[in-house]
Amino acid sequence: MTPPPALHLSGQAKIGDTPIFGPLVMEAPAGQWTCLLGPSGVGKSTLLRLFAGLGDEVTFEGTFGAGDGAPLEGRVALMAQGDLLMPWLDVTANVTLGARLRGAEVARDRALGILDWVGLSDHAAKRPDELSGGQRQRVALARTLMEDRPVVLLDEPFSALDARSRARMQDLSAELLAGRTVLHVTHDVAEAARLGQVVLVMTGDGMSMAEPPCAQVPRTYDAPGTLAFQGALLRQLMEAQ
Amino acid sequence: MTRALHAAAATLLAVLSWQALVTLADLPRFILPGPGLVAQALWSNRALIADHALITAIEVLVGLGLGSALGFVSAILLAASPLALSLLRPMLVFSQAIPVFALAPILTLWLGYGLWSKVAMALLIIYFPVTSAFFDALMRTAPGWLELARVMNAPPARVMWHIRVPAALPGFASGLRLAVVYAPIGAIIGEWVGASQGLGYLMLLANGRAKIDLMFAALIVLGILTLTLHAAVDALCRRLWGA
Ligand SMILES: Nc1ncnc2c1ncn2[C@@H]1O[C@H](COP(=O)(O)OP(=O)(O)OP(=O)(O)O)[C@@H](O)[C@H]1O
Ligand SMILES: [Mg+2]
Repeated sequence: MTPPPALHLSGQAKIGDTPIFGPLVMEAPAGQWTCLLGPSGVGKSTLLRLFAGLGDEVTFEGTFGAGDGAPLEGRVALMAQGDLLMPWLDVTANVTLGARLRGAEVARDRALGILDWVGLSDHAAKRPDELSGGQRQRVALARTLMEDRPVVLLDEPFSALDARSRARMQDLSAELLAGRTVLHVTHDVAEAARLGQVVLVMTGDGMSMAEPPCAQVPRTYDAPGTLAFQGALLRQLMEAQ
Repeated sequence: MTRALHAAAATLLAVLSWQALVTLADLPRFILPGPGLVAQALWSNRALIADHALITAIEVLVGLGLGSALGFVSAILLAASPLALSLLRPMLVFSQAIPVFALAPILTLWLGYGLWSKVAMALLIIYFPVTSAFFDALMRTAPGWLELARVMNAPPARVMWHIRVPAALPGFASGLRLAVVYAPIGAIIGEWVGASQGLGYLMLLANGRAKIDLMFAALIVLGILTLTLHAAVDALCRRLWGA
């Protein structure tokens, strides 16, 4: 894996004539976990899709890209709200999808190692429909790790999970994605308070930064510092127009 | 078990209504023979009917195999290439404006009285439903999957083969299920227009010699043939793709 770059964006986005977000300036530091909070419809997913190279329908006026100036293509992995598992492939084949799609050699042993990290070794030969929602999202995480990209974009990946599975996925992802540049769109202030080394709040007015506690991520969910930060984030969201 | 029971009950009901119709309306045997007579004709002509049924079955199976293979490949080409789509789609749609039956004499002229004119009829009649069912499914790949593949830097041909095609197989399966019911129609029309073998030929022959019971026996065998094929294809699709 190449060293993770920082991400930056400055400008405004439209779809057709409809303004979607901006003008705003955003910075996600290299090798850190950045959470992006904001009200629904403010353009968080659109911003993420730009970094993923998917915003074909979006007209962006301004600049965005990697801090090192090199193109982002081929350095990004994406994990979305749905797990996007292929029902006709077993867990291992889903995890190694990227290699097969590129016609590259499939590193089966590595895939099994990663499945072991996410606690799914016993399920390697199962089909997605034999797994729980939390297990499926862990397969999606394993597939993301398998890609081994320095930049990881997360669009509400845990929002469909129950509180317990979600907390576990947060711990697991924070551990396994540490050291990469992570941009994580979330609705959940508690999640941002646990995971964000940098927390950005996106509103119609632009982007503002919140000051997270200095505790290591993933922060303990019931630590006073985490809870206070969670409250402060919610206040900031509520007070935005 | 209950399904088999239901099927048996439905068959019995149909046979009884048939007999009731014949008895109550007092229909002469050269208009509609009763089930008993037809069963008799079926039994006494079993070797003859089996020979002709085998021919029709071969025509249908070969037409089905070739037509679905051709439909499979065409749908992928159309889905992969916007150019192919814009060139070929109008042609495909126009071809549907010509009743396939109208082509039967031409096909017989071109391909002769043997197997291939019937295979061509069966193929033509199923090609469009198979192609369009599969093509529609290929064009409806979940956008999330396509985006995932793009972020993974997958070339289009591999996205087609590893994602779009497998995701669209249930659509192909529904095309096949239609095809299996249409294909015998094609084969029979082909046999009517010109043949010396097959159930359609046998029916014409029986009709000409006023052997109405034999005609109905052939008709029933044709129905059973189609149902058996449909069940086989259905089971195959379920087994392969769970759909
Ligand atoms: N293809 C499109 N055409 C027109 N408008 C669009 C399109 N896609 C999204 N939008 C609009 O862009 C705005 C931002 O959408 P986006 O999905 O980025 O929001 P979001 O912040 O991710 O919201 P959420 O938190 O609900 O996921 C929304 O108002 C949406 O209606
Ligand atoms: Mg969104």
